[in-house]
Amino acid sequence: MVGIVSYGAYIPKYRIDRKIIYKAIGWLNPATYLPGEKAVANFDEDSITMAVAAGIDCLSDIELDSIDSMFFATTTSPYKERLGAQIISTAFNLRDDIRTADFTDSPKAATTAMLSAIDAVKAGNTDKSLVCASDCRKVKPGGSQEQLFGEGAGSVLIGKEGSIANLVDSYSVSYDFTDHWRSEDDKFDRQWEDRFIRDAGYKKFIGEAISGVLKKCNLEPKDIAKVCYPSLYAGDHKSIARNLGFTPEQLQDSMVANVGYTGTGNSLMLLVAAFEDANPGDKIIVASFGSGSDALLFEVTEEINNIKGKRKGIKKHLELKRDLDNYAKMISFRNILPVEKGIRGEKIPFSALTEMWRSRKSILGLCGSKCKACGTIQFPIQRVCVNPDCGAVDKMEDCQLSNKKGTVLMFTGDNLAFTPNPPQVYCTLDFEGGGRSWFDMTDVDLENVSVGMSVEMSFRRKYLDEAFGVHGYFWKAIPSTE
Amino acid sequence: MAEGIKDQVAIIGMGCTKFGERWDVGSEDLMIEAFQEALDDAGLEKKDIQAAWLGSGVGEVNVGKSALPLSFALKLPMIPVTKVENFCATGSEALRGAVYAVASGAYDICLAIGVEKLKDTGFGGLPDMPSIMGTKNRHIMPNITAPGGFAMMASAYFKKHGIAPKEGKEVLAMISAKSHKNGAKHPKAHLRKEITVEQIMKAPIIASPLGLFDCCGVSDGAAAAIVCRADMAKHFKKPDPVKIKSIQIALSSGEELMYDKWDGSHVITCRKGAKKAYEEAGVKNPREEINMLEVHDCFSITELAAYEDLGISAEGKASNDVRDGFYNLDGKIPCQPDGGLKCFGHPIGASGLRMLYEVYNQLLQRVGPERQIKNPSLGLTHNMGGFPAMNLVSIVIAGL
Repeated sequence: MVGIVSYGAYIPKYRIDRKIIYKAIGWLNPATYLPGEKAVANFDEDSITMAVAAGIDCLSDIELDSIDSMFFATTTSPYKERLGAQIISTAFNLRDDIRTADFTDSPKAATTAMLSAIDAVKAGNTDKSLVCASDCRKVKPGGSQEQLFGEGAGSVLIGKEGSIANLVDSYSVSYDFTDHWRSEDDKFDRQWEDRFIRDAGYKKFIGEAISGVLKKCNLEPKDIAKVCYPSLYAGDHKSIARNLGFTPEQLQDSMVANVGYTGTGNSLMLLVAAFEDANPGDKIIVASFGSGSDALLFEVTEEINNIKGKRKGIKKHLELKRDLDNYAKMISFRNILPVEKGIRGEKIPFSALTEMWRSRKSILGLCGSKCKACGTIQFPIQRVCVNPDCGAVDKMEDCQLSNKKGTVLMFTGDNLAFTPNPPQVYCTLDFEGGGRSWFDMTDVDLENVSVGMSVEMSFRRKYLDEAFGVHGYFWKAIPSTE
Repeated sequence: MAEGIKDQVAIIGMGCTKFGERWDVGSEDLMIEAFQEALDDAGLEKKDIQAAWLGSGVGEVNVGKSALPLSFALKLPMIPVTKVENFCATGSEALRGAVYAVASGAYDICLAIGVEKLKDTGFGGLPDMPSIMGTKNRHIMPNITAPGGFAMMASAYFKKHGIAPKEGKEVLAMISAKSHKNGAKHPKAHLRKEITVEQIMKAPIIASPLGLFDCCGVSDGAAAAIVCRADMAKHFKKPDPVKIKSIQIALSSGEELMYDKWDGSHVITCRKGAKKAYEEAGVKNPREEINMLEVHDCFSITELAAYEDLGISAEGKASNDVRDGFYNLDGKIPCQPDGGLKCFGHPIGASGLRMLYEVYNQLLQRVGPERQIKNPSLGLTHNMGGFPAMNLVSIVIAGL
């Protein structure tokens, strides 16, 4: 049977209490207020970095060379043209002879990508296919989207052997429904009237898809352990389930109250959350929304017990949080509020794309070298061994460091360097098992950094060169999340 | 077997501009100013210079590339002129070129000049570091600045030697206060104000734990040296000339940053460079034989580490010497008698030669009673470029 062999998720650490947003700008549209908090991506995060984070969680104990296709689903790729899936695959150090694609232009893209991965595995064209889905949306200040939307990512690995949940069947409906849209030159979404979205689309399509898959499988709502779909409107989120014949207990929590509606990543995140509480034999439906709906029905296997506790998933990421107490910071992180960077901050050095190409394993993949003569691990990739007692030439093999823990040797918090979230903290660190270099630190307060602290690596946007439209990615150190 | 260059080359003239925010002059003016003083000091004419070395560290800001900016500015008569650049030790590198050229016997009289016009960037501090270290580093180096690179060493130094943050910051403040006291008396210094340890400790943080007064200024300036064969010096105005005892430079191999044996609390290259320099100069016990220091105090922690790495203070014990006033103007080995980078600021290409300018004038006992060290015979300059984890250190020992 084809199914999900692994899963992972990511929620950015920053959470903002929606009261803070409302206090800052609620005067504009007083009816926008929602209770709870939402997850906010740090200034150096975007849909690609969050997809990588969810994928790292998903792949933590997976043999990377077993993956032969990778799909990225998002409506907010930092690039209109440059394959996001390939940036992500390079960050994971996946093989070069694989198939990669971006699925985009609707939040439904995540389930469509998942179905395509399942089809590819079923057809025997691929053994394992990785799907990562995320969104990091720019929204206009003061609107209801700003209250509702949060950031996050989900990831599943599709395969045959060791599946934790087999796909029983799926059912899709597709419509050219313009609930919201963004044309080529638009910075922000435009949205039609809520009543239209809700009644003509949201309630209808999800209902059609879920009842469609139930019918195909000859199942009743009572046979289903959990049903998962996004919540765009809290009341209607509940009524869809009720109208289909599900009890409130069968409906997977929407996470709007603590993360927000996360767009393309949402359906996979809800599915991961459902898996975290699932038992063998449980049937789970996940449905998406956007230009129609895909509903997928999974049956959980005994393998679920082997993965539980080995992923950060949703639960652990919900615990890993830092309060963001500042609305202006939130909108400056998304580049919605232009801030004074000074001449130092404006002067982005030119990126040689040729260098990004030839050094992609070091830069995107955080690969160093391990000397076969003396065993010394060194970063970035070297030809001459740095060990002064060795110095062997061309005796190197690649050595991935992104999955290694590190210990801070020395650090500072720098107020001279321009960063959108000062101070710029950076450190020199030693990797567990060998290897040393210096890295920016992120998701950390300077007062919590110390010599000897334990860190891990996180894929982040290093710089944004607006003049040349280049988003530069690299790895930063974050406090250990174990 | 190479024997080194001890006593083969003499300094017969030096010049140094007023350092500071020289908004109204360009690098050409600075070079002319330093050169004319050196020429007058040596009692020479331009036509006597047989070859020249120009040092400029960040030419893209103002000076430009190649040695043409120097030959154009001084209208040198189509002699050999070489441009050198080696980060913040660029000035010492220009000197090394001129001194080695004379020592080799290729020329009798050479010029070394270092210049930088930093205040054309439009912002404080030095230009972006990662981008000046090659296209790959631009992608993988942290968003690092000069103060941050050295501040990291402070975190490792304090940790290794069990120094509490406040105690460490106080020692660093004493180092800066000492330099400000000296610099206030030097007419060519950029920052000429005495400040208290308390003021230093309370200043805004630039890169923790370093505050504003732990950091040197950013300035425009130039300095020049004219060197000749030591046996010729008597023909000029210097019967007892200052002679070069040693010039050494050591560069990181990548070991500090990529191999895990360095503990981050000191500068390996300084230890290596100093050892070679002492050997070349015949210095057996630097704490007893060296009479004055001009170290690369780009940041207070750099100076603290240099005291130990130069073998003058014992490892981990430099703070005791600081508290004892060992490096004060009236101490056993005065350090930064002119105020150092702290007060002169750091026009990259000029600093190494500016340090030597002070050593030279102190040895010739002509700095005036306020700052004159009693009968010095051996002085050392320590000129460092890069970060503690990735750097080069140049040591020059000059003496009578």
